[in-house]
Amino acid sequence: MSNPVSISRRGFVLRGLVGGGAVAVGLPNLDYFLNDSGTAYAATLGGRALPVRFGSWFWGCGMIPDRWEPKTVGADYDLPPQLAPIEPVKQHVTILTGFDVALDGKANLPHLSGNTALRTGSAADEWTQIEAPTFDVLIADAIGGGSYFRTLNLSADGNARTSYSFRNGSSMNAAIATPQALYRQIFGPDFHDPNSAQFTPDPRYIARQGVLSAVGEERRALLARVGAADRARLDQYFTSVREMEQKLALQLQKPPPAEACVRPSEPRAMPANADMTDTSTRIANHKMMAELLAMALACNQTRVFNMAFSAAAADLRQAGETTGYHQCTHEELVDRSIGYQPTVDKFATRSMEAWKDFVAALANVREGDGTLLDNVLVMAHSEVSLARNHDVTAIPVMIAGRAGGKVKNGVHIKGPGEPISRIGLTVQQVMGVSTDAWGKGAMRATRPVSDILV
Amino acid sequence: MKRRPLSMAVAGIAAALAALLPAATGHSEGAAAPDGSVRRLTEAQYRRTIADVFGSDIRVVGRFEPDLRVDGLLAVGTSAISVTPGGFDQYEEIARGIATQVTDADHRERLVGCAPGPQDADGRTCAGRFFDRVGPLLFRRPLSPAERTGYVDVTLTAARTLGGFDAGLAASLAGMLSSPHYLFRMEAPGADGRLDAYARASRLSFFLWNAPPDQALLDAARGGALSSDAGIAAQVDRLMASPRFVDGMRAFFTDFLLLDDMDGLAKDSLIYPQFNSSIGEMLKEQTLRTLTDLLVTHRGDYRNVFTTRRMAMRRELGPIYTIPLAGTDWTMYEFPDGDPRGGLLTHAGLLALHSHPGRTSPTLRGKAVREALMCQKIPAPPANVSFAVVQDVNNPTLKTTRARLQAHLDDDECASCHRKTDPIGLGLENFDGVGRFRLTEHGERIDASGTFDGLAFSDANTLGRLFHDSSKVASCVVRSTWRYAYGRNPVGDDEQAIEAFDAGFARNGYRMVDLMRAIAIANAADPKPRAARRTVALTSGRSPS
Repeated sequence: MSNPVSISRRGFVLRGLVGGGAVAVGLPNLDYFLNDSGTAYAATLGGRALPVRFGSWFWGCGMIPDRWEPKTVGADYDLPPQLAPIEPVKQHVTILTGFDVALDGKANLPHLSGNTALRTGSAADEWTQIEAPTFDVLIADAIGGGSYFRTLNLSADGNARTSYSFRNGSSMNAAIATPQALYRQIFGPDFHDPNSAQFTPDPRYIARQGVLSAVGEERRALLARVGAADRARLDQYFTSVREMEQKLALQLQKPPPAEACVRPSEPRAMPANADMTDTSTRIANHKMMAELLAMALACNQTRVFNMAFSAAAADLRQAGETTGYHQCTHEELVDRSIGYQPTVDKFATRSMEAWKDFVAALANVREGDGTLLDNVLVMAHSEVSLARNHDVTAIPVMIAGRAGGKVKNGVHIKGPGEPISRIGLTVQQVMGVSTDAWGKGAMRATRPVSDILV
Repeated sequence: MKRRPLSMAVAGIAAALAALLPAATGHSEGAAAPDGSVRRLTEAQYRRTIADVFGSDIRVVGRFEPDLRVDGLLAVGTSAISVTPGGFDQYEEIARGIATQVTDADHRERLVGCAPGPQDADGRTCAGRFFDRVGPLLFRRPLSPAERTGYVDVTLTAARTLGGFDAGLAASLAGMLSSPHYLFRMEAPGADGRLDAYARASRLSFFLWNAPPDQALLDAARGGALSSDAGIAAQVDRLMASPRFVDGMRAFFTDFLLLDDMDGLAKDSLIYPQFNSSIGEMLKEQTLRTLTDLLVTHRGDYRNVFTTRRMAMRRELGPIYTIPLAGTDWTMYEFPDGDPRGGLLTHAGLLALHSHPGRTSPTLRGKAVREALMCQKIPAPPANVSFAVVQDVNNPTLKTTRARLQAHLDDDECASCHRKTDPIGLGLENFDGVGRFRLTEHGERIDASGTFDGLAFSDANTLGRLFHDSSKVASCVVRSTWRYAYGRNPVGDDEQAIEAFDAGFARNGYRMVDLMRAIAIANAADPKPRAARRTVALTSGRSPS
């Protein structure tokens, strides 16, 4: 390398003027802020300097509606016992209750149907029959291209298979499942500190890019040799190669500064025999991952993420108990004196403790004149409402973050009997996906939930 | 911003390889291969290949994309999955890790063996020799001349970019290890419209060894030996006589019995202090050793899997099996007549795998046995159902699991499936959530009797006897072996072929080795023109265009 690139920071000054009318100055029209159609620019910048990020947060086994759903609607909603843990972040959280998954006559495959319908807008009663991409994939297609990671999939349970992000039923985006792995992915050797004054492109990226470019050249010839289904699979492989090339191209450009970005220290490893199903251990692990994710967002490493606190049919337990959360939902007797399943109630409440940690992790990072959370939209949801019956009506949904000022926080909205795909449609539109309808059959939604929009 | 030199360097490497396309692979042009002709290597096959080509001291470090189990078999899922962006990231990282080691000071002497010098200033000759050796082993077929030139040119271009031959060679090798020709087994029609010889070689070696073809098998393909049934049979016999055939048999049973799920198996350490992850690994190993001892070493009858008292054992498993054992290595242990232990159904690994973290589950055990060993599909439970009465462990009158589960059978909707699963599972109730023998639960004597497909049994031993005699159990292993070898579900007249294998299996004493031999030969011979098969698993209704 005889000509190291040196770029002055001057041309990249970004100013986040949260709540103000002024716009960013000095931002060059870098192609890595744009996808092919330019919608990312419109969606994420839209006259402001700081990018808007999207994510989902998942917890398994739902809640007990009487113990979770606020009784009052609108602003300053009440906090029933299972929601009590979110009190410190309540002003950032909008609650959506009463939105249903409609199965359209398909079977309710326990712990699968509700989740896939909510995330794809279409019911499927078998994993391999899932056709539509999940909404996070659609959003990542629109805005994810300009970042090193198009999307980050995380699970706090240590299992790479705990992921609800997929392009179709045979193509799941596997999760990064430990804080240590997450740290290495984000802040490992490929990390460029966006605030470093010096930037020297590493020739190794050039070599890798050249090699992959050659691999990608084979696409046309290979696709011509195979049948339709195999062709789709090989095409996906080549799309993945292309994405890697684009990532390497990013590594050859000086990243724009990100004032909130500070490379964190490496998280300490969990003890080798840590019981990841134990709820307290899980909550601690999840908190570490949430804080790393917040910094990954502040450092512009990704625009889209999915975090699973617990899997569908949550595997949470308390060490020493023969029966875990999921089994309890089906087997624990309702205590007649209180009217609900007491152990189930505890697990549901503790899941909300983790959600509070997650929102707080984003709200604790200062960015521009506000916080990272102001420039994020997180949609939290479960796969059922009352897990005991695998009920897919009134699945609980929460939204946190203001999406750069486009979304209202701190309100409770009831949508009795409305298709839950309306929420999926809303978040896609907020994030700049160009669509006016989403979902199939009874789940087809054409109207966003305008009550949450500013 | 001075970016030109960078993009020019990139373009240079790309242009060097562009020349080798599109007719690079040496396969004739013609009709597209039928769906199911592209299978992703499994993690085990990837690791085996690297060890075979570069040596077992080359570390393969990274996370592999999870596999997909389709109708019970990961092997069938290999023809349904692709590589996601996150997965490709990992493959590329793993590839670079391997390539760096191959060319480092510790290994280059043995694995590269040459360097640029006076006669070979830029290393072109050396790079060519290197790819001549490793290319065919990684791609499982010869490189076309254009491919060879391409990888050499990439090496030299990358060497200039990176300022060193070894770094250039590593970059080029990493590209080869990220290539679809390595990550996928891609079968192409040969000149006569039938399966080409190298695809036949891969079918044989991955089925019988769970490994890529060795040099002898590639030589046989090149020499035309795999175009005749006799030539194929000779290679099958060679592969089966090798110690590596045990690896192939283990890989089949790992998939068939879902033993890969044992890897992450966790139990509550307060309830089951005897269990930890290393015991879990040993229990998996125990099952595989027991099976290969019977089926390979003794060329045994598959049905005896369910009755044999001979079980691989080691000292650390003493607390689970409550037997005293000395020594630190595996040994074959024979349980005495009358012992409750005997046969696969009483292996602690399987019993633990299909239990909850803190207790047993006759339903999970019964479901697993019906699905894996009998090829039956047990539907998911209906959505809107309360299990509370069924399994209240503190119920003062229903102390045993059997008594609690009886409630299932008193309800018509539940009973339709639980009648299939629970009796088998209840027959195994004498073994707790980690497979330890027990006579009582909550002070009540356990009743492990029941009926299996209309025949009465009194405990796990007699249940095993019924499995031994069940034609459904024997037919299931035939069907699963076929699906495992072919990597797809049967369609069309495949069913008749499976029936014929089934009849042959019974006629020849249910020998697993004979079954695998017959299926291996048929799969590699593939007498039909390749375009004849229309559809495969997961793609019903779709046909190649």
